[in-house]
Amino acid sequence: MAKQVEDFDANLAGEEGKESTKTGWFRRIRKGILTSTHEKKETPEGLWTKCPQCNHICTASDLRDNLFVCPNCNYHHRIGSEEYFNTLFDNSEYTELFDNIRSKDFLEFTDLKPYKKRLEETWSKTDLKDSMRVAAGKIKDHGVVIACMDFEFIGGSLGSVMGEKFSRAVDYCIEHRLPFIVISKSGGARMMESAFSLMQLAKTSGKLSQLSDAGLPYISLLTDPTFGGISASFGMLGDLNIAEPGALIGFAGPRVIKETIKKDLPEGFQRSEFLLEHGFLDFIIDRKEMKDKLATVFTMFEN
Amino acid sequence: MPTDANRQFLDFEKPIKDLIDEIEHLKKSSETKKIDHSTGIRQLEELIIEKRKEITLNLSSWQRVQLSRHPDRPYTMKYIEKMTDSFLELYGDRNVKDDKAMVGGFAQLGGETVMIIGQQKGINTKMRQMRNFGMANPEGYRKALRLMKLAEKFNKPVITLIDTPGAFPGLEAEERGQGEAIARNIYEMMRLKVPVICVVIGEGASGGAMGIGVGDRVFMMENTWYTVISPESCSSILWRSWEKKEVAAEQLRLTAEKMLGFGLIDGIIPEPVGGAHWSYDEAATILKDYLIDVLKELKQEPAEQRVSKRIEKFGKMGFWEEVN
Ligand SMILES: [Zn+2]
Repeated sequence: MAKQVEDFDANLAGEEGKESTKTGWFRRIRKGILTSTHEKKETPEGLWTKCPQCNHICTASDLRDNLFVCPNCNYHHRIGSEEYFNTLFDNSEYTELFDNIRSKDFLEFTDLKPYKKRLEETWSKTDLKDSMRVAAGKIKDHGVVIACMDFEFIGGSLGSVMGEKFSRAVDYCIEHRLPFIVISKSGGARMMESAFSLMQLAKTSGKLSQLSDAGLPYISLLTDPTFGGISASFGMLGDLNIAEPGALIGFAGPRVIKETIKKDLPEGFQRSEFLLEHGFLDFIIDRKEMKDKLATVFTMFEN
Repeated sequence: MPTDANRQFLDFEKPIKDLIDEIEHLKKSSETKKIDHSTGIRQLEELIIEKRKEITLNLSSWQRVQLSRHPDRPYTMKYIEKMTDSFLELYGDRNVKDDKAMVGGFAQLGGETVMIIGQQKGINTKMRQMRNFGMANPEGYRKALRLMKLAEKFNKPVITLIDTPGAFPGLEAEERGQGEAIARNIYEMMRLKVPVICVVIGEGASGGAMGIGVGDRVFMMENTWYTVISPESCSSILWRSWEKKEVAAEQLRLTAEKMLGFGLIDGIIPEPVGGAHWSYDEAATILKDYLIDVLKELKQEPAEQRVSKRIEKFGKMGFWEEVN
């Protein structure tokens, strides 16, 4: 079965792609802005969900209890910062940092829609201020800072806000002597911020250099999908680069590569397993084992 | 450099072509009919300079992009040839192969040894393919990094010349870690102990440009562009059409002037009137003088200070608002 080539362009353009995140529809159900009558009469708990990989049907609450991993085929659904924070931090307790920073349409960029309007729409639709949230807390008693992307915010795109939050997170880690975990899920750089978004590659890499000099661990956790400017900067610069199973990870998107080489892409191309095989990941980790494994890593670094 | 007779012209350069044709006509007539047209020719030549000036005065962003891709435009090797002495080209990444889209080596610039590295485009159909249109593979970025570390070891400054439509989006490029290669370069360039100067001499597209684009000073030549994506790709993604490249170029604010205004680059290097393709010698001389001056300045700072200022400089880039 040849899977259709996924295209993140729609998400990067600020529209819903083929597969939005699970966080997205949970949030919208809470906000009562899902319009289909079928979905309206259901509460999230009563909703039935179908696995896009194996068509297994289970209730949304069962799926959530299983950390949004298909109980049948282990497909890892796309989730957002809220889910990762709740899963990884002890007792789901954490302090969100730098949540007062949000994007600004400095360039007055207009494509089919003004960037300003796109931002306003995304803010009201998602309750998120931007595509990355940073939080401090504990993983099995190890203090850590986690920065996590939200794909539903303009495709998790890397712009000035992500760069700034990342930088401040590194400063926070250095000040409090904490390891840094970044959970990536992004189509790439935010085009509406033009060269400013490109410069975030350098900005974040410079900060990682300072984190490294401070002798603190940096773990890059790549999830589905991670592309472009993320993989060309901090996404690939972890002391450990790890990924969830089956995640699409690469520099150029599959559509662009297909158009360039004018050939079909091999099965499994740019999946986590492919990256592991080619030597770019330290290991692949199931979401359900993630917390334990991270704790093990920190214990090893400390003792 | 092409002679006037075999120059190529962009649409908006057409008035210059007409004048050149006229000169050719007068020259022929001088020969065949033995009439002295030297005054007329001199006047036309002055008019050409005027036209070259006039044309580049009010260029749209898209026209700048076109100039940056002018078929007669000088590429990295041309600048190396014109600016430096005893260029010692070095090949290979010591791992996979030698990437012909990325060139580099030691050279003498103003009597001093420097490491000079850049993307290289081909000058004819065959060479363009060999150079992969200036789109490097991971081994190209790793070759560049190898040369930078070599320069660092011998305490030689690094100069990079950026001219790429992007890093190559190919299957093998992904297998060999295009993202990792660029990321590693950005990270390591940020830490290089020697002075680093980067100059966009043509196209500065996205991560492919940034992969050799982290320096103490980043300059753009007058008729170049530098941003996160090519106007064509931006058009196709944000406008869902390949037809909006002019608007995309405008919206991306990708010209040297805009970039300097944003504080994302440190200066604009002037080109010969009408663009670098009008005189390779002049373009190279201007660039060379700039580089020598800036190197002198950078060498006065201790290495540690240079590195921390480099990190700080990029650290300030971005715009956001703080709300409650
Ligand atoms: Zn399944």
